[in-house]
Amino acid sequence: MLGALIIVFREVIEAGLIIGIVLAATRGIPGRGHWVAAGVLLGTLGAGIVALFAEAIANAFEGSGQELLNASVLGAAVVMLMWHTAWMARHGREMAAEMVAVGAAVTAGKRPMTALVVVVGLAVLREGSEVVLFLYGILAGGASGPSLLLGGALGLAAGAAFTALTYYGLLSIPARHIFAVTTVLIALLAAGMAAQAVQYLDAAGVINVLGRQLWDSSPWLPQDGIVGRVLHTLIGYTDRPTELQLVAYLATLTAMAALAWLAVPTRARRAPA
Amino acid sequence: MLVAALGMPSAQALAQEFNLVIRNHKFEPQELRVPAGKRVSIYVSNEDPTPEEFESATLKVEKVIPGKSKGLVRIGPLAPGRYEFIGEFNADTAKGVVIAE
Repeated sequence: MLGALIIVFREVIEAGLIIGIVLAATRGIPGRGHWVAAGVLLGTLGAGIVALFAEAIANAFEGSGQELLNASVLGAAVVMLMWHTAWMARHGREMAAEMVAVGAAVTAGKRPMTALVVVVGLAVLREGSEVVLFLYGILAGGASGPSLLLGGALGLAAGAAFTALTYYGLLSIPARHIFAVTTVLIALLAAGMAAQAVQYLDAAGVINVLGRQLWDSSPWLPQDGIVGRVLHTLIGYTDRPTELQLVAYLATLTAMAALAWLAVPTRARRAPA
Repeated sequence: MLVAALGMPSAQALAQEFNLVIRNHKFEPQELRVPAGKRVSIYVSNEDPTPEEFESATLKVEKVIPGKSKGLVRIGPLAPGRYEFIGEFNADTAKGVVIAE
């Protein structure tokens, strides 16, 4: 049972962190709970579908279907996070002003909630399909099923608790800093996803360059431990990164910074106001 | 020299192939010797009815192989050494190691 708990918990940590960050980043927006719930629901549905067609997906593209799907899902999430960052840079100042006046009418429609819903959905889809397959294996396995299933359920619950922890942890940051903090978190999140995506492309045999390992910090901070996993999601920590992963990571961070800078409307005209 | 350089990509593209079987939540063989410094393709055949996840942090692989089906795992080029892998869904029994030499 404990084994099942740990496996499921480890799989849901990443999605849990992302949901926590999205919830914190959208604080004060009416109806955001529904948006995030919709993302989780769609992601779960998607996870079920991916699990159902796991064999077909695995066999697609000369056996690289799974890797290509993972790379696409991660790539799409990166694009959505970039869109969100650009939008926030453009409208962030007015948003911050509205946040100060508590309860000010911040209409959900103005904010690209869809981008964040997609990010949540994709995170749940990617991690969830493995959980679904694992639990299916338990069910199909027979005898020790019920206790393992209980472990799986407890693992999910632990993941949800972790989401809550992330969310309330971020909430303790003063409102006037929360946009800056979540913007940085989202940029790091996206950079880590991009680094993961290129590794999947490498595993799929699509990319075959810069595959040399840069360093190995696994003896000090293993990526498959709990702390390593959390850092992996949060800042894209990788214990054995390849050159290409570092390039993708830095390129995404640079792109995010550039977007945040360029999207600010007419910087020059701000001064007189 | 030039011919050798031109010949390189095609030689590299032809990854060496190896086979691995999952049976009763165990890998057979548990030890796989592969050439160092080359791309290697491992065909993992899961003969169990349940899905398995071939996972290795050192090999940078995380791949689900559904029950009663085959999966292709591409690794390398590897530096000489031992690279452990597990079947994450049955980590107690499904263990193995790739030895690059």
